[in-house]
Amino acid sequence: MSESEPEYPYKAYRRPMPATWWLRNRKYFLFMMRELSSVFVALFVLLYLYAFFLLSKGPVVYGEFQKSLRSGGFIAFYVVALLFAVYHSCTWFRLTAKIQVVRLGRWTVPGSLVTAGAFMGWIVASAAVVYFLAM
Amino acid sequence: MYKMDKGEPFWWGMFSVGGVVAALLVPVHIFLDGLAVPIGLLRADALSYERMLALVGHPLFKVYLFVLVVLPLYHAAHRIRFSLYDLGVKEFRISMDALCYGGALVGTGVVAYVLWGLL
Repeated sequence: MSESEPEYPYKAYRRPMPATWWLRNRKYFLFMMRELSSVFVALFVLLYLYAFFLLSKGPVVYGEFQKSLRSGGFIAFYVVALLFAVYHSCTWFRLTAKIQVVRLGRWTVPGSLVTAGAFMGWIVASAAVVYFLAM
Repeated sequence: MYKMDKGEPFWWGMFSVGGVVAALLVPVHIFLDGLAVPIGLLRADALSYERMLALVGHPLFKVYLFVLVVLPLYHAAHRIRFSLYDLGVKEFRISMDALCYGGALVGTGVVAYVLWGLL
């Protein structure tokens, strides 16, 4: 038993589980992909920070890095990272209504409306980033 | 008896806010910085040295960048920790919590150093 697991006052049966259990069906696989999305998100933010770090090395180094981002390898990474990031966003916003029940006075906002609000928020936030960074 | 880990709510909270930041802001940044400029959808100078330097010179943008980079690290640390358990990985000599959350804490320090120390 690992150290972090709680110690119960009784012995529980632990069903043996192979490390490939998540390949057994589609739902398990998608669950694991959702978890994996966080790795791509983390890799992207670190790469994003690295680009800013290179600003401190001067225009030549920064320019070379920006040029290298046009290589096939980087583009492939960004395409995969984007797919994972969008998957994270969709699963996250779909969960919002289940986690956060919104009440206005005596009225409970329907879950579908909360989900729609979360997706609208995503669109507004994305549009704001495009406006500030790209326009 | 089962003992509650007092740190757990904090890490869950960080996971949650990191997840919100990742969900709201990361896709559009990946698209803009990784794809739109390199494949020519946006003007090439959108990410130019002068433009980015001016942007990062603004304290509000630094705070934004700090939030954008740091919080998803905690989100990832939490998910990686539980995914490793799910894959059957047992504790290493250093605890998994220390490895995953420690990584996120080190990341926070690095981000702070880059943003306030170098730029």
